[in-house]
Amino acid sequence: MLKISASNLNALFDRIAEKQTLYIPVDREPNVSEYKKYESGMTMSKALNTVRSAKDFFFPQTENLAEFKMSGKTIEVKDIRKENEDFVVFGVRACDARSFGILDKVFLSEPVDSFYKNRRDHGTIVTMACTRPAETCFCTTFGIDPTVPGGDVSVFFDGENYFFLDNTPKGEAFVASVSDLLENGDASKLAEVQENARNIMKKLPLAGLSTDSFGGERLMEHFNSDKWAELSESCFGCGTCTFVCPTCQCYDIRDFDTGNGIKRFRCWDSCMYSDFTKMAHGNSRNSQLERFRQRFMHKLVYFPANNDGEFGCVGCGRCLSKCPISMNIVKVMKALEDK
Amino acid sequence: MNNDTLIPLIGVVTDIRQDTPDVKTFRVNALDGGKVFEHMPGQCAMLSIPGVGEGMFSITSSPTNKEFMEFSIKKCGCLTTWLHAMDVGQQITIRGPYGNYFPVDTELKGKDLLFVAGGIGLAPLRSVINYVRDKRADYGDVQIVYGSRSKDDLVDYKEIIDEWTADPNIEVNLTIDNPQEGWDGHVGFVPNYVKELNPSTNKTVLVCGPPIMIKFTLAGLKELGFTETQVYTTMELRMKCGVGKCGRCNIGDKYVCKDGPVFRFDQLDALPDEY
Repeated sequence: MLKISASNLNALFDRIAEKQTLYIPVDREPNVSEYKKYESGMTMSKALNTVRSAKDFFFPQTENLAEFKMSGKTIEVKDIRKENEDFVVFGVRACDARSFGILDKVFLSEPVDSFYKNRRDHGTIVTMACTRPAETCFCTTFGIDPTVPGGDVSVFFDGENYFFLDNTPKGEAFVASVSDLLENGDASKLAEVQENARNIMKKLPLAGLSTDSFGGERLMEHFNSDKWAELSESCFGCGTCTFVCPTCQCYDIRDFDTGNGIKRFRCWDSCMYSDFTKMAHGNSRNSQLERFRQRFMHKLVYFPANNDGEFGCVGCGRCLSKCPISMNIVKVMKALEDK
Repeated sequence: MNNDTLIPLIGVVTDIRQDTPDVKTFRVNALDGGKVFEHMPGQCAMLSIPGVGEGMFSITSSPTNKEFMEFSIKKCGCLTTWLHAMDVGQQITIRGPYGNYFPVDTELKGKDLLFVAGGIGLAPLRSVINYVRDKRADYGDVQIVYGSRSKDDLVDYKEIIDEWTADPNIEVNLTIDNPQEGWDGHVGFVPNYVKELNPSTNKTVLVCGPPIMIKFTLAGLKELGFTETQVYTTMELRMKCGVGKCGRCNIGDKYVCKDGPVFRFDQLDALPDEY
């Protein structure tokens, strides 16, 4: 298997960054990691995952959809789309890598979202196998193996060397482009590292969480559950769960008057917000209970109903660590599941 | 790069008709004349004035109209207030058509039809009514029950009187909520009027209006012996994208913009009561 030693990793980054924009997870403060555009000398974070998910690379928090010139009674539409430049995201975890497949089901289904597709077409995902899953992790609940992280190229670390396995033609091209920095290495220690990580997953507090009680066929039953009142009681609709979630993709479209024309933007939105469904004549989800229920019903029931049983959650655990009232999808699943 | 549905086309307003004190009907053409795009009865389009807002409106003209599209719009919010202040010649952005449509060429074909509309709820049904009128031989009896708060609030009153009531092959029953000088027609709420008229349960019903009207109309129809599989309606919820991606117009696992706006009541029954 092709490998590079840990001490040479930055040489690899430098090489990639010569040709393409490279993003790697970098520590903002100890163990608080975020993706940054790589510049020579940056050190890759050792944190398990980034605070924000990797969805920004394909579905940014804000993006310009179109521009308009208004003059008297006339309107001119400007298509400002440009072919994206190739880029590489390095160090994506298995959970986030799976989330791209979920976002694909939304944005690449007809009619294809060209803004998203443009970025997807030009992005190469280099994933990083997990070796030390955290207590908030529950990706295995959704059938994800964090030691086999997917993406275009999977990278495995055995403590000394990073091993590369390409999964797609794009990944193959990526490995070929840096192959002179890689050497053949003995990957025999990897099996042990993977086994160790899998054993950690089995002992984690959320290891037993199951999706068996969820899916499209349980729609009315879960919608009408009497548990929602208690579960949603403390939610103040801050939307943090939505913003850190790798699969939340609801969006708003808003116009901004620059003083020299109108720019139309797409921005992340949250079904937890009170004006999300507000219309001139009323609001279909007036209470926080209804809005809270919508978010979890979408992930656990509506999304699988429309996507061959696939759930809208990857078990990354971000909402568990970030919700200010410590409410999260795990608590919701436990409250609603068959006892 | 391929066209993206989120990047709109331009239409021009070529005629504005003041239908009621708060409803105007706008005629929209492509910049070089003709229609911006084709549609089916019940489908919708996203209209926008950049910098003001974008909203989903049902296309009230029939697809059989080959010259232009029309939108009947009630003034009730930010964008609609701006639209009401427009003059002829104003350009707007338009994208669509979105959503499904009334099954005019399948389930409704050959059927006796009963249209029940309240207020601005006539807008989506008008597209079907005129489609049916233009293909009259394809359908059985046609009855229209339409009501509004007052005589002045009946949308498309001129067309109703000049064309629909003058058509011997259509039965038109109008009603207003309260007695009014100059009105010698029926007075009373739409759901009660439908019950009084006691239509044959052979009919397939298309209903649109305020939620409360729809609710009581459906209840009344059931009392008369209609089943939910005979009754269609069209829904309206907040929308941004129009193609089932922005995530806000869902009722359960169905998106009103993509899977609707037209639903049969037995289909709605299988969904949460969240609309």
